[in-house]
Amino acid sequence: MTELFIRLIRRPQGFVGVALVALVAVACLFGPALAPYAPEKIDFLGRFRAPGWQNWLGADQFGRDILSRLMVGARSTVPMALIATFVGSAAGAIIGVGSAYLGGRTDEAIMRTNDAVMAIPGLLMALLLVSTLGNGAGNAVVAIAVAFAPGMARVARSVALNVRNQDYVKAAIARGEGAGWIIFREMLPNVMAPIVIESTIRVSFAVMLFATLSFLGVGAQPPASEWGLMVADARQYMYQAPWGLIAPSVAIALTAIAFNLLGDGLRDVLNPKDER
Amino acid sequence: MSLTWLARRLMLMVYTVIVVSMLVFAITQILPADAAQSLLGENATPEMLAALRAKLGLGDPAWRQYLRWAGHVFAGDFGVSMRTSQPVGPDMLAALSRSLLLAVSSILVTLVVAVPLGVVAALRQGRLADTGVSLIAYLGVSLPEFVTATLLALLLADTLHWLPATGYVSPLEDFGSGIHHLALPVLTISVILIAHVMRMMRSETLDVLKSDYIRAARLKGLPERTVLFRHALRNALLPVVTIIALDVGYLLGGIIVIEEIFAIPGIGRALMVAITTRDLPSIQAGALIMAATYAVTNTLADMAYALLDRRIRYD
Repeated sequence: MTELFIRLIRRPQGFVGVALVALVAVACLFGPALAPYAPEKIDFLGRFRAPGWQNWLGADQFGRDILSRLMVGARSTVPMALIATFVGSAAGAIIGVGSAYLGGRTDEAIMRTNDAVMAIPGLLMALLLVSTLGNGAGNAVVAIAVAFAPGMARVARSVALNVRNQDYVKAAIARGEGAGWIIFREMLPNVMAPIVIESTIRVSFAVMLFATLSFLGVGAQPPASEWGLMVADARQYMYQAPWGLIAPSVAIALTAIAFNLLGDGLRDVLNPKDER
Repeated sequence: MSLTWLARRLMLMVYTVIVVSMLVFAITQILPADAAQSLLGENATPEMLAALRAKLGLGDPAWRQYLRWAGHVFAGDFGVSMRTSQPVGPDMLAALSRSLLLAVSSILVTLVVAVPLGVVAALRQGRLADTGVSLIAYLGVSLPEFVTATLLALLLADTLHWLPATGYVSPLEDFGSGIHHLALPVLTISVILIAHVMRMMRSETLDVLKSDYIRAARLKGLPERTVLFRHALRNALLPVVTIIALDVGYLLGGIIVIEEIFAIPGIGRALMVAITTRDLPSIQAGALIMAATYAVTNTLADMAYALLDRRIRYD
């Protein structure tokens, strides 16, 4: 594990990825404690104040400090994306590995249906679900998890098909183990690496999707300083105060890049054969 | 491309559309405990609720509700909008045509920009041009559409005043103005697609350049230009067909946001309006049409791929 980590941060991609993810993690854990101002502190004299020594990243239409809002907002953006990715990946992995275990016509039927579900674009699926479940951060997380599961199932199944023919799985079947045991104890642990890589990259999609849902008004609700919501707010004033728009945009992009780089770095470290 | 393969592929497409229609219907009409209540909101009178329940046939079992709806849809009848009281189908198809204009223009821009850049990056692997292309690609896939859209609008419309910030003019009525209004949305969508296609094109070109037939062509003494254009590019371009087809799904999702931001009356915006006004027939029609478009595009791409690549024999 330590050796893996050292190999990861030896690569420039992996190093930048780990550093950025660490930065985001610090913001999520200690954001409210480190923020220079309270995120809701209104200062009418400081409306649209340009970035400077008072407000490092400027102030918004109520004179609220943008840096403080970003740091506190990390909590209402990133953990949501992590939970959604985790739940979606876990569900997808179980479907994919289960399908590979069952094999034959059942596998064919499950995967064809899975592919069909993937014909609904992720954002559309999430919007449909949120419109039924009701607006809000929690429902947006559920919607993203559901939208992610089929893609993950496809990845997990393609890896699990190789594992299915390994001797240890055949041995378990010969021992008369149940399906649950074989799927969870024999197959899943051996398809973890590609699933972890794929999930890490998907966190960046989840961050973007969650911010998009909030931007469209169906995800996190005001007064949360969720980043997508901050962009939506700042759009009306983008001419007077472009920093209000740029700061949360950069935060979203950096978080997405962080998980993308980390995922790519992990892939390089775990599959040294693929040199691209 | 054998006939059996074609028949199976088409059956798969039909299956996809059926599964999608079931899902869309289940999520919008069956999943809510009381669809009538959630459609009309909290201020609805019991009479209004009863009338709507009867109209939607909510008392029937789920499968009967679905079959009735699917039967109407199959006959081309998507129902009547609860907001405008107009038939939903024609409106949605008109909106779809505007979205397709946006989508096709974006794909064309993407191909023109991304393919040469990807090839250049592959030919200069590890050098400055390659690093630059890779960095831009990373940035492109790490920015959500609404961020790209707002930042581009801030730069090109608000600061430089080159392009109009929002609005839609049909290019059939006023070609110049139509293109002018389309430029910003097309540019936004292209940023993301270019990132995808460029990465794909780069790695494909690298793979092909390492292959035996390229080595053979070089050893034969063919000029490098012939090797590159006649042998390498033709093969490297193939997977781009698949990537574009897969990106159509991405594109359709992205179009919802882009049309909302730039006020383009396409199917994405129609769907957003339907969702915010809880216009059930429009939501169902919009979602189904979008997913069906994706299924059809993917089938066409698979067919194009099978035609182009003689090595693939689907049985």
